[in-house]
Amino acid sequence: MDTVVLSMENITKVYSNGFVANKNVNFSVNEGEIHALVGENGAGKSTLMKVLFGVEKPDEGHILLHGKEIHIDNPIVAIKSGIGMVHQHFMLVPSLTVAENMVLGMEPKKKGLFSMEQAVKITEEAATKFHFQVDATARIEDLSVGKKQKIEILKALVRGARILILDEPTAVLTPQETKELFVELKNLRDEGLTVIFISHKLNEVTELCDRITVMRAGRTIGVQEVRNVSESDISRKMIGRDVQLNIQKSRAKPGDIVLNVKNVTKYSRTSAKKALDGISLRVRRGEILGIAGVEGNGQTELSESITGMDKEFEGSIQIGGMDVKNHSIRQAREHGLAHISEDRITYGIVGDGSIEENIISDRYYKPDFQKGPLLDLRKIDKLADELIGRFDIKCDGRDQPIKMLSGGNMQKVVVAREFTSGSSLIVANQPTRGIDVGASEFIRNKLVELRDQGAGVLLISADLNEVMELSDSLIVMSDGKIAAYFEDAAAVSTDELGEYMLGIRTMTPDKIRRVADND
Amino acid sequence: MNNNILSAIFSAEFAYSVIRVTTPLLFCALAALVCNRGGVLNIAFEGCMLTAAFCGVVGSAYSQNLFVGLLAGLAGGIGIMMLMGYFNLILNANVVLTGIALNTFASGGTVFALYILCNDKGLSTSLQSLAFPNVNIPLIQDVPVLGKILSGHNVLTYVSVLCVFLVYLLIFKTPLGLRIRAVGENPSAASSVGINVTRTKFTTLFIGGLIASLGGVYMSMGYLTWFGRDMVAGRGFIGIAAQNLGNAAPMATFIAALFFGFANALSNVLQTQNIPSEAVQAIPYVATLIGLVAYSSSTRKKKTGIKQLKRRVPDGL
Repeated sequence: MDTVVLSMENITKVYSNGFVANKNVNFSVNEGEIHALVGENGAGKSTLMKVLFGVEKPDEGHILLHGKEIHIDNPIVAIKSGIGMVHQHFMLVPSLTVAENMVLGMEPKKKGLFSMEQAVKITEEAATKFHFQVDATARIEDLSVGKKQKIEILKALVRGARILILDEPTAVLTPQETKELFVELKNLRDEGLTVIFISHKLNEVTELCDRITVMRAGRTIGVQEVRNVSESDISRKMIGRDVQLNIQKSRAKPGDIVLNVKNVTKYSRTSAKKALDGISLRVRRGEILGIAGVEGNGQTELSESITGMDKEFEGSIQIGGMDVKNHSIRQAREHGLAHISEDRITYGIVGDGSIEENIISDRYYKPDFQKGPLLDLRKIDKLADELIGRFDIKCDGRDQPIKMLSGGNMQKVVVAREFTSGSSLIVANQPTRGIDVGASEFIRNKLVELRDQGAGVLLISADLNEVMELSDSLIVMSDGKIAAYFEDAAAVSTDELGEYMLGIRTMTPDKIRRVADND
Repeated sequence: MNNNILSAIFSAEFAYSVIRVTTPLLFCALAALVCNRGGVLNIAFEGCMLTAAFCGVVGSAYSQNLFVGLLAGLAGGIGIMMLMGYFNLILNANVVLTGIALNTFASGGTVFALYILCNDKGLSTSLQSLAFPNVNIPLIQDVPVLGKILSGHNVLTYVSVLCVFLVYLLIFKTPLGLRIRAVGENPSAASSVGINVTRTKFTTLFIGGLIASLGGVYMSMGYLTWFGRDMVAGRGFIGIAAQNLGNAAPMATFIAALFFGFANALSNVLQTQNIPSEAVQAIPYVATLIGLVAYSSSTRKKKTGIKQLKRRVPDGL
């Protein structure tokens, strides 16, 4: 019954810089299964999939499709062989309609001209066949991320894909969209398609997948039926040791108030809706205040307001007694603010800059790093080397462009900068999103360490386990408002949290007000 | 004096001259539009038009055949664009620097060739080159005022207006246009479905070069009947501005080109009046600047600084 539809045998891929990305990797998938491919960043998953999709050429090994060897030299061959890939960065043209994107490269014609009618027809037929709901005439730029992803999947299906590769598809989705996606993927599986699901999120793997292949350091560690393994088993296999899923931390000893947000209201840029609706909270030294909630419920706006990146709000925000509205971001930083942005690539780093330059980007102007009119490069080199060591940044050296690093190591550079600026308030927005388990654990432990040294931490995270483990007290945001406040984060259950997140329950204003009490 | 100017502007002759001077701008603007849609917008149109103007004159002079002259002009202009593609798409040279280099090359190269052929560094008047005829449109030519404005133009002027429609058709109604737009907006999306991005970009440059060359040929074989050193005089840049003002939409680009044509014609009229000619000659360029400023401030969103940065970062990063 389990027919092997595709197998990759003894794949070895050595990059031109000598990095062995895949070493004798064996990987096979069956017809009609959802197969998880998991592993830390840099474990070789992406390379393996690039080989399968014809983006990279393997140095050794071969690929068998239905038992016959095929040579996938480029993505076109892959598509023709029925292999489709949904990239993390969508391959869609924003200003074109859904139908136009769907038929791009195989445009239907009528009298030599492009036939929009037929394009719409093709799209709608495919949507019906695979139980997707799409509006063929909508423009891509008007669609939500979740919808765009559906279009991507459908695009592969229209081109005859029987094997779908999904590269961390849920990283960009809300929990509801994730649920929807899972239903659709299960539908596809039941129709005999094969789905290769790459993910960092083990709970999703156990929920969705039939079998799992774990990769570590360029090799496959094993294939198993998902129902026979536990999450901690998988996690141990992935990183080769036990992850401490429970962060060890002592009780918080809250001190002075470092962040005071009073009655902040902000209108949404795109609609008449209030993105933030009368938010009040405060963070004290020595505590971690977590903000849980489905993404897009005001967390981004709140963190941008607090960190001075967006000053168009009503109400007041004070960092260590300084009003952020009338001060520049540099002034706020000098007043003790540190900020880990959720958008690492845009706000966290300068991609073309070296690791060293990124590390000193918040302090290069300080007298400490100057020698006359010039930068004191010796001192800067020393600092960079020290931080690379202390934060365990895996790189070729301090002069390596930061964009060459993996996501986890990039974030470690950001953290190395933000956690060593001597700040009293750390705004950490999705600090571990999209990075591997090892780096995540490292960053989480650092946050607790800084708290113990007396910094106040505002932690915004869509990862429920993360906020629940790290936070001393916890807020749930829903629809731009604070839906709940728990003074003791340890005493909250996931179920309870979920109900507040989805707006099923809301606490009384009295209880919520306690988060802003300046006792 | 004021009365003279006003009566000069509010006349059928003036409207006629607006259309006449708009023609090369329109050609160039449409070429820039196609290139912009295809993600290969560059600044080499000036050199492309100049080369086309020169090759057209030479081709027609030596063959005494208008069609051969046209082909020679097109080949010259398209050649410049293909060079652009080779440097930019194959050798990955910077698009601005390549554009400057090609413009300089065209400017010096045409003078050099002119000197060899005519022993003259300024004008080609010693060559017996041909020109495209003016045509009268039946019926319309008999309408009072309108006939004087719309009829009797050079045949290429009518081609330029036809091109507005053809470019619209190409960009929005053909499979190639869809590919050009896809490649221009998200090359990786296009290549992920098997579209050859480099080839599509070359095709786009070819089409852009073809249209801009028509404008160049018009300069020396219609607007004037000889080639003169640097005769394109910035029209290759004003065309880009018109395209920008028209937001890469054919009809709006047409209107923007007319606006710049108006400024150009105005400067021509005022030169005959008693006004310092240097100031008058600046009018088209000042109009270009004003147009671009007006355009930018009308499209600029309220948010500035960091928020703007965010918009420039492509989706998904």
